[in-house]
Amino acid sequence: MSELQHQSWSRLNDLEYAPAPESASLARLRDSYGLFIDGKFSDPGSHSQFVTLNPATEKPLATVAAGSSADVSRAVISARRAYDQVWSHMPGKERAKYLFRIARLIQERARELAVVETLDNGKPIRESRDVDIPLAAAHFFYYAGWADKLDHAGYGPNPQPLGVAGQIIPWNFPLLMAAWKLAPALAAGNTCVLKPAETTPLSALILAEILQQADLPPGVVNIVTGDGATGAALVSHPGIDKVAFTGSTEVGRRIQRELAPAGTHLTLELGGKGANIVFEDAPIDQAIEGIIDGIFFNQGHVCCAGSRLLVQESVASEVQRRLIRRVEQLRVGDPMDKNTDVGAINSAEQLARINELVDAGVAEGATRYSNSCDVPDAGYWFTPTVFTEVSQTHRIAREEIFGPVLSVLTFRTPEEAVAKANNTQYGLACGVWSEKGSRTLWVAERLRAGVIWSNTYNKFDPTSPFGGVRESGFGREGGRHGLEAYLNV
Amino acid sequence: MANVVTLPLRSQSSPSSTGADIVFGAPHQPSRIGNETELRVALGGLSGVDTVGANARVASLGTRSLKQGTKRALLDLAITMIDLTTLEGNDTPGKVRSLCAKALRPDPSDPTVPSVAAVCVYPDLVSLARTALGNSSVAVASVATAFPSGRASMSVKLADVREAVAAGANEIDMVIDRGAFLSGRWGLVFDEIVAVKEACGSAHLKVILETGELVTLDNVRRASWLAMLAGADFIKTSTGKVPVAATPPVVLVMLEAVRDFAEDTGVLIGVKAAGGIRTAKDALKYLVIVNETAGSAWLTPDLYRFGASSLLNDLLMQRAKQMSGAYVRPDRFSGD
Repeated sequence: MSELQHQSWSRLNDLEYAPAPESASLARLRDSYGLFIDGKFSDPGSHSQFVTLNPATEKPLATVAAGSSADVSRAVISARRAYDQVWSHMPGKERAKYLFRIARLIQERARELAVVETLDNGKPIRESRDVDIPLAAAHFFYYAGWADKLDHAGYGPNPQPLGVAGQIIPWNFPLLMAAWKLAPALAAGNTCVLKPAETTPLSALILAEILQQADLPPGVVNIVTGDGATGAALVSHPGIDKVAFTGSTEVGRRIQRELAPAGTHLTLELGGKGANIVFEDAPIDQAIEGIIDGIFFNQGHVCCAGSRLLVQESVASEVQRRLIRRVEQLRVGDPMDKNTDVGAINSAEQLARINELVDAGVAEGATRYSNSCDVPDAGYWFTPTVFTEVSQTHRIAREEIFGPVLSVLTFRTPEEAVAKANNTQYGLACGVWSEKGSRTLWVAERLRAGVIWSNTYNKFDPTSPFGGVRESGFGREGGRHGLEAYLNV
Repeated sequence: MANVVTLPLRSQSSPSSTGADIVFGAPHQPSRIGNETELRVALGGLSGVDTVGANARVASLGTRSLKQGTKRALLDLAITMIDLTTLEGNDTPGKVRSLCAKALRPDPSDPTVPSVAAVCVYPDLVSLARTALGNSSVAVASVATAFPSGRASMSVKLADVREAVAAGANEIDMVIDRGAFLSGRWGLVFDEIVAVKEACGSAHLKVILETGELVTLDNVRRASWLAMLAGADFIKTSTGKVPVAATPPVVLVMLEAVRDFAEDTGVLIGVKAAGGIRTAKDALKYLVIVNETAGSAWLTPDLYRFGASSLLNDLLMQRAKQMSGAYVRPDRFSGD
């Protein structure tokens, strides 16, 4: 452990930055929200309601309607009517106008959306401001461009939409995942019923206001909030032509089993246990930043997180020493503070899951290091944690933790690195760090993962397809490939 | 240092708290690297720098939001870190005297404004500057070794250094032979620095890498290590005489180098960002990079400097804004 201790004579980040909090009042939240069906918000009083919390304080933000199966039915019927009567006949260049309008409105209300996202999710305002919201707008801009060019997307002349899409999104990037789902579906001519995650429904409801502002025809997008039961009602509704799900592998498996007999189109974006592979000839300082971004971005609530670090033995002790020093430097705390690097865990349930797996890691004999900062009393917190001396059989090397916990393993040869990286049920993302191009390519073509980053990690762009293989799911979101999921090809 | 700025630090740790063998900003002996081959092995073994990643890192640090007390303290600290510089062909004794007065009391109407670290002039103006600064804490730095090109024979360069030191320079800013560095004659550059260091005597040696001419960040890292191994007390980005001067990624890489060198040897080497830094906002961004790359030990004029002239007035203006809440006219402060 002594080699993991950082030098204390020059403490990184020792300078105290005074708090620089963003104003919560920018969120302009209502007390309660109904469902967004057929272009209108329903009366909140007509539904049973549940509370959505700020995970950093455990204080309630608003109450939200729990959509029943009857509500789901109304939404699907509305989407079908909009599909038959308006959206599927509308020329692509007209659909594009709506998408461009939505994109611009997201930009105009970016600050408000960033605050809502941070309040509801617990992620640092720096990330919602610089990543989530700009990328969500970029996805609408990008797919707006495709709407009148579908003939040239490589799927033959005049490709047709699928119909009504049921879309279920997770809580880790609430607005961004809504954009990933809605933008390509609408560009291709489908209508949608979107079910946001139970713990993070608010930004989708602000998006509903934006859809109203954009004058999107009623029923083209319906947003039904609720829990797993609402999602299940949506998946099993006979009026749905296509299901797109992002979430856990366990739920994804259930959905696929249920839809198999019906032949409903399906794309799944599920869990992952990404490997960040650092070779001895890597640019070490940038690799450290990439490892940090890979696992502590969004508190590690990222399906493609680089939750396993595979580091070549010849540089392992140096990389571990620098990594620990850098982890100690992370600023954990109030997500609304512009200087916060790591925010709150999204829910008590997720925190319990992280604690369980970390306890298992300790019990199995891995060495634990955690950032020594104090965290607030209220709220759900887990300080950034690194496990060293992890072996392939440990649970923390195999199961998705979905939290700020990194498992460090070592390798000696490129062959061993590839074998260890592929030794997982998942296949979403990997990173390769080396200054030697031939080695990077050799490794990349042997990795079984949908996304491979070279000398970087967790970089997203609307033009680039994203998705997994094996138990990380199938289908691609983003880029030209993302259109295929919403076209009858 | 006479000017002590109290920083809001999260924990007070003294350099010797671990009992480790730390040399704090003191001159050190050049390492015993015997020949070109050994130098090639030492510098060739450094890990590469990924430019995209380095740019992303400084961009991310640039979003730190500094408020209230932190900002006040850093503005004062930045003032104490300035090497107030004039390096023009048309420099006159009057110009240098006026610069020295400004260095001692940047804002005569406010006695709480600290002095700057040093005045930086050409060798022929050193004795004049020394006289003008008297016994104050403000040091006299002089560029030497055929500044800014470094294109002169070794004997001329050494004579340049000796004269400046004899005239009272406390600090010598030398330039490396970029031509030799870029053509791979690293041993020649190493030997030059060793010789200049010896000629400096007790004066501190700042080695100017002229990063705008080295171009790549890999070169910046190698040149930083080369200078540190040869005995530099400070490594400095630029002369200010080529189009590209100090940039945040270059300073990041140099700070990583001094941090790693300190871990390997226990010797703390300073960094000077020179040229192109004109606003208080930029200066504070550099101090954030220092804080989060090399650490709080470097947040002192002994180990971090800004080579600048117009930066000082912007710092004074922002400082006055922090004190009074309102911006004052630029004319409130003297031109030089």
